[in-house]
Amino acid sequence: MRRSLARIAHEIVEGNVGNSVVLVGIHSGGVHLANRIGDFIEEFVGTRPPVGQLDIGLYRDDLGRRGRPIMRPTSIPVPIEGVPVVLVDDVLYTGRTIRAAMDALNDFGRPSSVQLAVLIDRGHRELPIRPDYIGKNIPTSLDEAVRVRLHENGGDDEVILMWGQA
Amino acid sequence: MTTRGSGLAIPTGPIKSHLATRRHVLDIDDFSQEEINEVLQNTDVMKEVLSRDIRKVPTLRGKTIFTLFYETSTRTRASFEQAGKIMSADVINVSASGSSVQKGESLYDTALTLQAMNADMIVIRHAHSGAPYFLARHLDASIINAGDGAHAHPTQALLDLYTIKSHLGRINGLKVAIVGDILYSRVVRSDLWALTKMGAQVTVCAPPTLLPPDFLQGFPEEHPFAGVKVETKVDAAIEGADVIMALRLQLERQEAGHLPSLREYSRMYGINSKRMKLANPNALVMHPGPMNEGVEIDPDVAHGAASVIEEQVTNGVAVRMALLYSLVTPSHNGSKS
Repeated sequence: MRRSLARIAHEIVEGNVGNSVVLVGIHSGGVHLANRIGDFIEEFVGTRPPVGQLDIGLYRDDLGRRGRPIMRPTSIPVPIEGVPVVLVDDVLYTGRTIRAAMDALNDFGRPSSVQLAVLIDRGHRELPIRPDYIGKNIPTSLDEAVRVRLHENGGDDEVILMWGQA
Repeated sequence: MTTRGSGLAIPTGPIKSHLATRRHVLDIDDFSQEEINEVLQNTDVMKEVLSRDIRKVPTLRGKTIFTLFYETSTRTRASFEQAGKIMSADVINVSASGSSVQKGESLYDTALTLQAMNADMIVIRHAHSGAPYFLARHLDASIINAGDGAHAHPTQALLDLYTIKSHLGRINGLKVAIVGDILYSRVVRSDLWALTKMGAQVTVCAPPTLLPPDFLQGFPEEHPFAGVKVETKVDAAIEGADVIMALRLQLERQEAGHLPSLREYSRMYGINSKRMKLANPNALVMHPGPMNEGVEIDPDVAHGAASVIEEQVTNGVAVRMALLYSLVTPSHNGSKS
């Protein structure tokens, strides 16, 4: 996982030469990952990009249908008007979370571009959304579930593929 | 870095909501501590939305909220309306004056009319205790009690909890003094449930004529309010308090013979700067509004450094947004998965 995140950090730096990006982690899986990518970027170029966090509860298209999750704080530390923003999430699946995140981001301003970094792309998109930076592609079937566990939440870093969980 | 297998359920997804099965907000007495904490946590998120340049989120797009007010209100109704509008709901205000209620339409028929207009949520204030329960029994919409008689005002209690917690960091163990018209106040009934449930030590204080008989007798040991102290001397109630909540003296009560004069009430029970010296130095002053300045609270206290009265109003919008969020249901014609 460390190597994948380091590579993503390198690619973000390369892809945004001359621009200072803002990293925005999506709750809950993306927030720690965004911080780690921020640490790597600091290691590589000497300055740490601003890192924000985003809860998309208010923007979901399936609210009430799949319960109403407890919301977590949103904070975007700097104005995002006219700067490139990299959304960070752990697992990319249907793309609906990312759609909601883009709507949420728009309420804070108009970034010059919105890019997407994910640790795992498991396929099965339901919307025309494509990641710019991918840690690993893991082809899955619909009755499998992918969980990313991070040491920030206790335990080890690991990605677990489960079947019969859908 | 990838393991295939295990098949164990690992709780890394969204935290499960304690409010997931809640359809109505009729009173605070049926809220668990977990539900209250969840509302407070979601309120924090809503406060962030209120601080944005663009105060609009699409959460309740296509939902219709009716506010049905049989009694006057400024802040409760306006804050529900603002909460709904910020979340993109269509909010329609109906008040008894200026509606068919004046022509004699019953509550039931008025409510059926709103249901026929596809109300998703109805926010009701009524002079009779229990009116929101009546609607909840007969309608499909989610019902929110915005104050019924002298019974309950649950959203006020939640915004009071949030305001206290955001300033003092906790509710458990705090000393809270509630001073004023305990007899007729629905705010105090809901605040008592909410504060005692969250572990505060509450003292209520009023002249004996404005205390209900069961308060004067003291509560039996098994009663949820058993730990609530009842005082008739305001200095004793305020001494060492972390929060002082003044209640509106309903001026019409004086005519009912509960009080010799407003001036005497103010002298004996009014919250003034001299009495504030008895409280904890960091104490908060609260008031659910509307205030009678110079009667239950002096202007210099109401607008002084310890006062969080205006903040209560702002927090009221955020709390109501959090509740609307928690009650939202999928569209009727949407697929139910």
